[in-house]
Amino acid sequence: MELAVVSVLGADRVGIVAGITNILARHNVNIVDISQTVVRDIFSMIMVVDLSKADVDIGQLRKELEEEGKRLGVMVGIYHIDVFRYMQRI
Amino acid sequence: MRFDPREIGEVLEMLLFRELDIRAVTLSVNTLPAARPRVGDLLQALEELLEPYLTRLRPAVERVASRLGVRVVTVRLAVSPVSMLLEPIGDWRAAVEVAQHLDKLAERYGVDMVGGFSAFIHMGASRGDKALMEALPEALNSTARLAGFLNVASTATGVNLDGVRKTAELVLAMRPHAAARFAATANLPEDVPFMPGAYHGLGLPDAVVNIAVSGPGVIEAVVRNMPDADVRTLHDAIKRAAFKITRLGELVGREVAKELGVPFGAVDLSVAPSPKVGDSVAAVLEAIGLPRVGAPGSVFALALFTDAVKKGGAMAASTIGGLSGAFIPVSEDAVMAKAAAEGALSFDTLKAMAAVCNTGIDMVGIPGDASPEAVAALIADVMALAVHLDKPLGVRLVPIPGAKPGDVYDLGGLYGSVAVMDLPSSKIPLVSRGGTAPPGVERLKKG
Repeated sequence: MELAVVSVLGADRVGIVAGITNILARHNVNIVDISQTVVRDIFSMIMVVDLSKADVDIGQLRKELEEEGKRLGVMVGIYHIDVFRYMQRI
Repeated sequence: MRFDPREIGEVLEMLLFRELDIRAVTLSVNTLPAARPRVGDLLQALEELLEPYLTRLRPAVERVASRLGVRVVTVRLAVSPVSMLLEPIGDWRAAVEVAQHLDKLAERYGVDMVGGFSAFIHMGASRGDKALMEALPEALNSTARLAGFLNVASTATGVNLDGVRKTAELVLAMRPHAAARFAATANLPEDVPFMPGAYHGLGLPDAVVNIAVSGPGVIEAVVRNMPDADVRTLHDAIKRAAFKITRLGELVGREVAKELGVPFGAVDLSVAPSPKVGDSVAAVLEAIGLPRVGAPGSVFALALFTDAVKKGGAMAASTIGGLSGAFIPVSEDAVMAKAAAEGALSFDTLKAMAAVCNTGIDMVGIPGDASPEAVAALIADVMALAVHLDKPLGVRLVPIPGAKPGDVYDLGGLYGSVAVMDLPSSKIPLVSRGGTAPPGVERLKKG
């Protein structure tokens, strides 16, 4: 598995999860874990995804996610799991 | 390996809102094999030697940054001290040509800065050193990406006062943008990733990757969230945050080294500030509990910060290197710059703070007509601190033509706005005595 973290943050509205997961599905990116909250109308979603069978690299995926984020008015980021492994585990 | 959403959220907050990034990936390359007795041959050999590295450097850094989702602010090159390449030639005009050629190569390959236009003269200057020194003002005035230093003091040999005096004259002949790329230094280590201190030192393989981290905003947020904590608890929290920041540097360093096929050198665990709001070391000091940086308590707060960063960072990096302390460059740190512009900082404050960090007097404006004696004496003070405390320190002064104390000059980018500080122009006969001050007892401890 090649894991990455997708983060989505912004004002809540209809279609955020659909818009983002649609792009992941289109590129054969599997969602391993998902956590989502809405606090005071701020939507926040963190997904752990598996890129090992994806048909694009992480750079291209980021570009498409960011474009979709712009359309939805939310901030989208994607980070390799190693960042979290290095910073949160000894 | 599973992560709690809070753990992921913490990292995301640092990356998205606390300006956590990698300040620099610095590729350090041995350029001594390019030494030739004629300057034309030297330039060609230098280009042939560096090209295979330079074509791959920026693409490799960009691939790693994209894969990880981490910002790398600058890509840099460090070369062997150019003074050594000048030994066979001994001509300052050749030095200027080398400077301009390195600058051109950096621009061509998207390298933000190239360091190593430097010489070690802490006990005297050799033929190559003299050629480099003579060329320094013109070399830096006529380039944009080149950086250099003169190491005028060391714990092992003391302070070269003649070298200090000469350095002061050279600084005063530099334009503001050139002076921002030059420092007088002491005890400079071989593996500094920061400019202008970076160079490829002795005892290293042909190429290594060194990393400079940033992220004082991360630590500021931690400190601000603990208004009631005692200093020991605060120290522990800073240490934990520094660990995480440095880990990111370690990861990026390993990955870039792998991409380039060169060994990973070290992480400089100093968390570099920038002129951006929320990216300031001085803001951390104020969050610890100062009304303004420079107030009484500043040395205490800085010592607490530096020690915690070192202890947290040491555990995070497979090898620590470079300056690995705390940076408080005045113009390059938004809160330092503000304090300087308000008159809350003086040269004396900075000297006191230099005792507990690895900066010295960094990025401070002086009037363009400042006396070389006063500038030299100021450098000498910091060099004495470095030699007797056995650590690296530097002095980076920016002469601003026509400026008076209190004026502000904008250098742009990472350099920020330089505030001009008051430097008394009274006669300082000490400097004209010249000679080299012997090393202190720190030297004797080494046997």
